[in-house]
Amino acid sequence: MTEPTLTRPPVWQRIWRSIVREPFTGDRRSRLRLVMNNLILHLHPSQVPARTLRFTYTWGLGGLSGLLVVILAVTGMLLETAYTPSPDKAYTSILALSTRIWFGQFIRNLHHWSGNLMIIVVALHMLRVFFTGAFRAPREFNWLVGIALLLLTVIANFTGYLLPWDQLAYWAITVGSSIIVYIPLIGNGLANVLLGGPDIGPTTLLNFYAFHISIIPMAILVLMSLHFWRVRKDGGLSLPRSVDEPPVNKDENVLTVADLVRPEAVWATVALAGIVLWSAFVNAPLEALANPDASPNPAKAAWYFMGIQELLLHFHPLIGAIIVPTLGLLGMVALPYMDSDMDSVGIYFRSRRGRWLALFSAASGAMATALYVVLDEFFIDWAGWFYGLPAIISNGVLPLILLLLGVIGYYEFVRRVFRATKCEGVLSVFVLVLAGFIVLTLVGVFFRGAGMKLMFPWQIVTIH
Amino acid sequence: MTDQKLPQAAPEYLQSDMPRRDFLRLAWIALIGVATVEAGVVGTGFFLPRLAAGEFGSIFKCGSVDKFPNGSVTPFNEGRFYLVRIQDGGFLALYRKCTHLGCAVPWDQTKKQFICPCHASVFDQNGAVLNAPAPRPLDLFQVNIVNGEVQVDTGKPISRDRFDPAQVVYPT
Repeated sequence: MTEPTLTRPPVWQRIWRSIVREPFTGDRRSRLRLVMNNLILHLHPSQVPARTLRFTYTWGLGGLSGLLVVILAVTGMLLETAYTPSPDKAYTSILALSTRIWFGQFIRNLHHWSGNLMIIVVALHMLRVFFTGAFRAPREFNWLVGIALLLLTVIANFTGYLLPWDQLAYWAITVGSSIIVYIPLIGNGLANVLLGGPDIGPTTLLNFYAFHISIIPMAILVLMSLHFWRVRKDGGLSLPRSVDEPPVNKDENVLTVADLVRPEAVWATVALAGIVLWSAFVNAPLEALANPDASPNPAKAAWYFMGIQELLLHFHPLIGAIIVPTLGLLGMVALPYMDSDMDSVGIYFRSRRGRWLALFSAASGAMATALYVVLDEFFIDWAGWFYGLPAIISNGVLPLILLLLGVIGYYEFVRRVFRATKCEGVLSVFVLVLAGFIVLTLVGVFFRGAGMKLMFPWQIVTIH
Repeated sequence: MTDQKLPQAAPEYLQSDMPRRDFLRLAWIALIGVATVEAGVVGTGFFLPRLAAGEFGSIFKCGSVDKFPNGSVTPFNEGRFYLVRIQDGGFLALYRKCTHLGCAVPWDQTKKQFICPCHASVFDQNGAVLNAPAPRPLDLFQVNIVNGEVQVDTGKPISRDRFDPAQVVYPT
């Protein structure tokens, strides 16, 4: 017997090789290969244009949304092991998280706050894309995927809201699902199917649970993959540039490992630390066990629906809850196809004039909305002024026409008076409507007390 | 070779100008359409409300007609409705869910009104709207009087545009 002339590497080395495919040596070629050979790193190209690394361009919001999805998946799977989706056990299983299960309250806090934060982060990400004009060709379709992901994020939050089965959950979902009923023709049937009957009951909880833990996360996973893939296929991020700079087509490339991955890891760590700290000290709310016999006063939807609930106080339900939000959504969908001015891609707020217009429109939208809310509380009475007409006309179509005329008039105003280009005009209208919606949400959350009367935050007392 | 049988031409009613390829494509599209409809029906059907007897959604036996004096409003919390006996002795079962945004509407015995705590909608004893924002009267449940016993079917709320005396059920 002769010894083999070549000694084989030890077994642990062969196992390691089988996992990593190629040894990493740290030189340029190895760094490029590392990105291509790694499933997760492969989300990125192996090189990226240097200027897309600018933090104040993206604010890391897309990546932060991804991080939140990971936190939510991990904490969600843990919570599944502790939760029972039935009306007589749900509430006690949530209580057990804070009394019997080690770190139960902490994991629930992480899940609760990450879910709520995700709505804000995804919305901010969308605003970033809008304000830098990054939704334009070839990225139009990814903007639509983004809208779908925003809606799924809201639905995931909405379905999760019911699960603790406390008073807050029960009545917020009652109000939220009653909004569905106002959808013409199919509203009643849709609510019946979602709730498993005309009212919230055991089937509702089970339906929402199934949607929350399987159907929605699966859809988010699929669309998120599509979203990331399209970012790469559409040529990576749009290139940022300052306001007077001519368009840039090419830029110096830097290596993904480690010029992109390192700041991503730092940002993810900082964000994670912030969320963990917050969740360690601030508990997710939990009120008394749900009581279907007693509505609290005021009964409010979840905060992200308070803008729509506030609209309901000013419009007939069909207009306020369905038509106006649908118009807003359609506007978002149509946006990349209406506004295709390629000259301003990469510039925050399009131009110098665009910046002033955005500021002016935000102030106008906020003040006009606040003024209307106050006037409507004390003075405006559409139904009384047009007493003979049905409520859908007097309290619905008429104020809607006024609103649309206001928006169209504002567009013409900035176009003529401020000589805004078409794309600056669209920007102005978007900011105007956005500021209005934010004010409506703030009024709904902080300035509505018993009987949904307008009052200051410190005057609000909830009657149970 | 003349005696070799030529393939017989198809009868006229089976002849068509459509090429086989087009026909098969159409057949595929039609089959995919049918499969989609089937999946839709199964998917929707599976989610249709599944109610068990004795829960909200089934028929409630409220007791004998004589138990309810004229002009009374009796809450049935399990069934989520009020059994109203109006002044002339007729019955109405009002679903307590506010038609505005779904809050549970309590009965105010002194004012003789239903006043919603959420957005201040007011309904009279018949469930008709006295004060908006509620867009329509409180929904009804079907009342049946069987052998002098009042039964309320909570399976399907009946929505209505206005109060109509024909909605009242009288014991015979």
